[in-house]
Amino acid sequence: MKTNDVILQFTAKIVFFIIFFFSIHIFMAGHYTPGGGFVGGLLTSSAIVLLVLAFDLKTVRTVLPFNYTYLTATGLLLALSTAAFPMFLGEPFFTHFFDYFDLPLLGKQSLHTAMLFDGGVYLVVVGVTMTIIQTIGEDE
Amino acid sequence: MLQVLYIFIPMLAAILVPFLYKSIKNIHTGWFVLAVPATLVIIYASYIAKVAKGEVFQAELPWIPSLDISVVSYLDGLSLLFSLLITGIGSLVVLYSIFYLDKHKEKLHNFYVYLLLFMSAMLGVVQSDHLITLYFFWELTSISSFLLIGYWYTRDASRFGALKSMMITVGGGLMMLGGFILLSIMGGTYSIRELIVIAPDLVGHPLFTWSLVLLLLGAFTKSAQFPFYIWLPDAMEAPTPVSAYLHSATMVKAGLYLVARFTPIFAVSELWVWLVTGVGLLTLFWGSFFALKQTDLKGILAFSTVSQLGLIMSLLGGGAVAFHVNGAADLVFKFAAFAAIFHLINHATFKGSLFMIAGIIDHETGTRDIRKLGGLMSIMPLSFTVAAIGSFSMAGLPPFNGFLSKEMFLSAMLALNEFELFGFDTWGALFPIVAWIASIFTFIYSFYFVFRTFAGQYKPEQFPRKPHEAPIGMLISPMILAAFVVIIFFIPNLIGDTFVKPAVQAIQPFLYDSPSAIDIHVSAWHGLQPELFMTIGIVIIGVLLFVALPKWQGLYNLFPRSLTFNNAYDKIMQGLDVGLYRISRLYMTGSMRHYLLYMFSGIVAIVLGTLFVKDAFSISFEGAAPIRSYQIILIIVLVIGTATTILAKSRLTAIIGLGSVGYTVALFFVIFNAPDLALTQLVIETISVALFLLAFYHLPKLGKREERMRFQLNRAIISIAVGVMVTLIALSAHSQKLIPSISKYYKETVYSLAGGGNIVNVILVDYRGFDTLFEITVLSIAGMAILAMIKLRMNRKEKAHENK
Amino acid sequence: MEIIMAFVIGFLFMAAVYLILSKSLLRIIIGTGLLSHGAHLLILTMGGLGGEAPPVLTEGAKTFADPLPQALILTAIVISFGVTAFFLVLAYRSYQELETDDISLMRGSDEDE
Repeated sequence: MKTNDVILQFTAKIVFFIIFFFSIHIFMAGHYTPGGGFVGGLLTSSAIVLLVLAFDLKTVRTVLPFNYTYLTATGLLLALSTAAFPMFLGEPFFTHFFDYFDLPLLGKQSLHTAMLFDGGVYLVVVGVTMTIIQTIGEDE
Repeated sequence: MLQVLYIFIPMLAAILVPFLYKSIKNIHTGWFVLAVPATLVIIYASYIAKVAKGEVFQAELPWIPSLDISVVSYLDGLSLLFSLLITGIGSLVVLYSIFYLDKHKEKLHNFYVYLLLFMSAMLGVVQSDHLITLYFFWELTSISSFLLIGYWYTRDASRFGALKSMMITVGGGLMMLGGFILLSIMGGTYSIRELIVIAPDLVGHPLFTWSLVLLLLGAFTKSAQFPFYIWLPDAMEAPTPVSAYLHSATMVKAGLYLVARFTPIFAVSELWVWLVTGVGLLTLFWGSFFALKQTDLKGILAFSTVSQLGLIMSLLGGGAVAFHVNGAADLVFKFAAFAAIFHLINHATFKGSLFMIAGIIDHETGTRDIRKLGGLMSIMPLSFTVAAIGSFSMAGLPPFNGFLSKEMFLSAMLALNEFELFGFDTWGALFPIVAWIASIFTFIYSFYFVFRTFAGQYKPEQFPRKPHEAPIGMLISPMILAAFVVIIFFIPNLIGDTFVKPAVQAIQPFLYDSPSAIDIHVSAWHGLQPELFMTIGIVIIGVLLFVALPKWQGLYNLFPRSLTFNNAYDKIMQGLDVGLYRISRLYMTGSMRHYLLYMFSGIVAIVLGTLFVKDAFSISFEGAAPIRSYQIILIIVLVIGTATTILAKSRLTAIIGLGSVGYTVALFFVIFNAPDLALTQLVIETISVALFLLAFYHLPKLGKREERMRFQLNRAIISIAVGVMVTLIALSAHSQKLIPSISKYYKETVYSLAGGGNIVNVILVDYRGFDTLFEITVLSIAGMAILAMIKLRMNRKEKAHENK
Repeated sequence: MEIIMAFVIGFLFMAAVYLILSKSLLRIIIGTGLLSHGAHLLILTMGGLGGEAPPVLTEGAKTFADPLPQALILTAIVISFGVTAFFLVLAYRSYQELETDDISLMRGSDEDE
């Protein structure tokens, strides 16, 4: 079912970017304010779902040619390796490190390995949600 | 440490076998495998000289230190003798298997992996000093035996035999574990040596008899004693190298090992002497008597093995008698334990060679049915020679090693006649008589085996294949064993001093200080003693009965099939099968709703029961958060939404109802200061709605005519019960804060240790990262499962093809 | 508030179980959805509904809501989403294959043999 509502599609395009950037913000800020990998990932997925509803799956697939299964696997791998990495330094599994850095333009910022783990969560959530939506939507 | 690792060498080598098999196709995998037992023989041979002097070697490798479980390798005379048998016979069997199993047709990697696994397990059994690891290795031998018997798993008989052997031996092993645990409770230690040291204190313990009986059950099932022997004939479905190795030379002797090893602990018990001697003799007679009924060559050998195991078992029982006699070392009783070990060695040599010959005949003629065989003497002269040596030794004729140990067996049984404890003065006379009759039958079946196969009429038309002598490689192993049969006859005292006496000292440590203290000299001729007359009688009556065998063999068919132990086993297994199926059918109705009803009722019963027992019903209203008007409005919306899902006629209404509940819950999260949850719930709810919409097209309607659910009482009762239960839990949890919240720790450390501000998020990614890691794993699995359900299904054409 | 919530949660569970015990596949899925909502609220209520601010470190913050139940619920929400999606697909796939959504007709046992 190819929808052809120009206004809907135009709005969707703009709203997609708004939600997408908001989701990235939510994800990044998660360590200090409400948010994090789960919400970020779900928001990103909902942005893509919005596109799917406004256009159709085939179009979205050509615009965003990700293999979501691989995305899930990458996320899992990232989370697992972040958790396993400290073992090579003689620390227990799942030890996180953080420090504060003075970055140009951004000023004093903290960098966490927990962020990497959360990134894995983000990827898994996006991957799984989109896998589900895509497979159900494409069925027959 | 190193000594413990020797046990595991075969197991480690087994890892390489599949790779060798896959990558090197031209060379038979067996040649690589052969190196393993051959190396181990050399390693263990280096211990011989020292152990013969009475030294013991011990090494330990911790396994589960927190439970005080470690793998202890303890090498004394008994363990070393068994280790040498395992690796020595193992080498010959592997050599034999190279020619027996075709490298192109057989799944060699499976075979050798199982065989090496068995080798490790068996070494572990005979060297373990720790009861738990002994049990572990013991069951591992049962499992590898199961795998080897079922090696040709496409045959029904193989699978049946494999299962039967496992059922019986693993069952017995569990009994033995019970015995071990009782022993450790009594003695406060898992170490066999420590138990032996404190053995005198254990006798009076109320659990002593229990542990004795349980341990013997393990030994009797493994060593195929009456009435558990029934698994051994069925185990003959295994490839012949396996039968020669596991089911005559090594695994079935694990039970004998166990009895020998625990003799110092249990021998003081009258029950032990009676059970071990009595069951052994009964098995000896039973096995030899029914061996003549068999028509399958390997069947004869199986019953013969059963019978010979019984012989050794009865001798071990006789050895225990020595603990009850003052100055036993000077008396005739001393022969029993010596004879047991000596015959154990002899049996391994002659029975191993006979099994290999049976395998050769099967291989070269295509049949093992003794009714079809005959006259092979001129065609297979070498095989005949080996078979004759083995059989004559088994029959107890000179100049073969079987003669020596049989004479000693008769001496020991005659000596029991003179023993005056435990009512032996009344029943003791039975022992030599039963032993003598069983020896006659042993004589007859030995002749039956060799002469029915090699003498008599040659009937080539009955053979599936044209018979010819076996290739020389296949004959090497049986010939080596046959050579031992003869050599041992001429140098019995060398064998006795090197192997038997150290082992006997391990069985009877209270009698002898060192192996050299054992004052036994084996000689073929010891004057005109009663033993000699008994042997002459055996030969005369044996020959007469063998000649007349065709006339009376029909008697065996008079035994009704329904009274055999095999039949009992079949009936028990079948009964269990049918009975348990009926029981499970009572509640396994196949209906999801029934299962759910069980579960919900169970949960309610358990939880309410716990609340009641713990007296958790006291409800306080203190500390509750204040109620605000907008909260009441939300609650009303929530209740309406929930009611809608129940009462809805159409699926769309129901889905909308569910969605409204979800959004209301999100609002609850907002007012209860949970912004993360509120965000997540909102987005999830949105995506869920999209999901339902996408799937809507495929979804079934609510009932055929979109109607309301009918009210059902039992459902209503269960649901209300669950609702009440949950309410009570919530009230109880609110009223009774038993322990302070752990969150205080999080609040204090979130900035200093984790460098974060949002505690919920930090808990997720840091404090409780494991939860999250597994959660995203579960999520991925759900995603993959959905993908699989939709993408990987068969289309209709494929399905139609499948159904054909 | 906790007292009222206890009854609301009990009602949610009751409705969920009633739906789960029905014959229709879709009702069962909706029932599991309700069940997870109920469970989330239950965990939250058990942790106490007091607290004046979200569990986020801010300047001059007083009493937080308890963060641990929230973290547990967050995990549970995502899992229940995965499970619901899985059930949904399972339901409509079995509906396609078996051409019925009445689970009393879907018996795994070999009674009909």
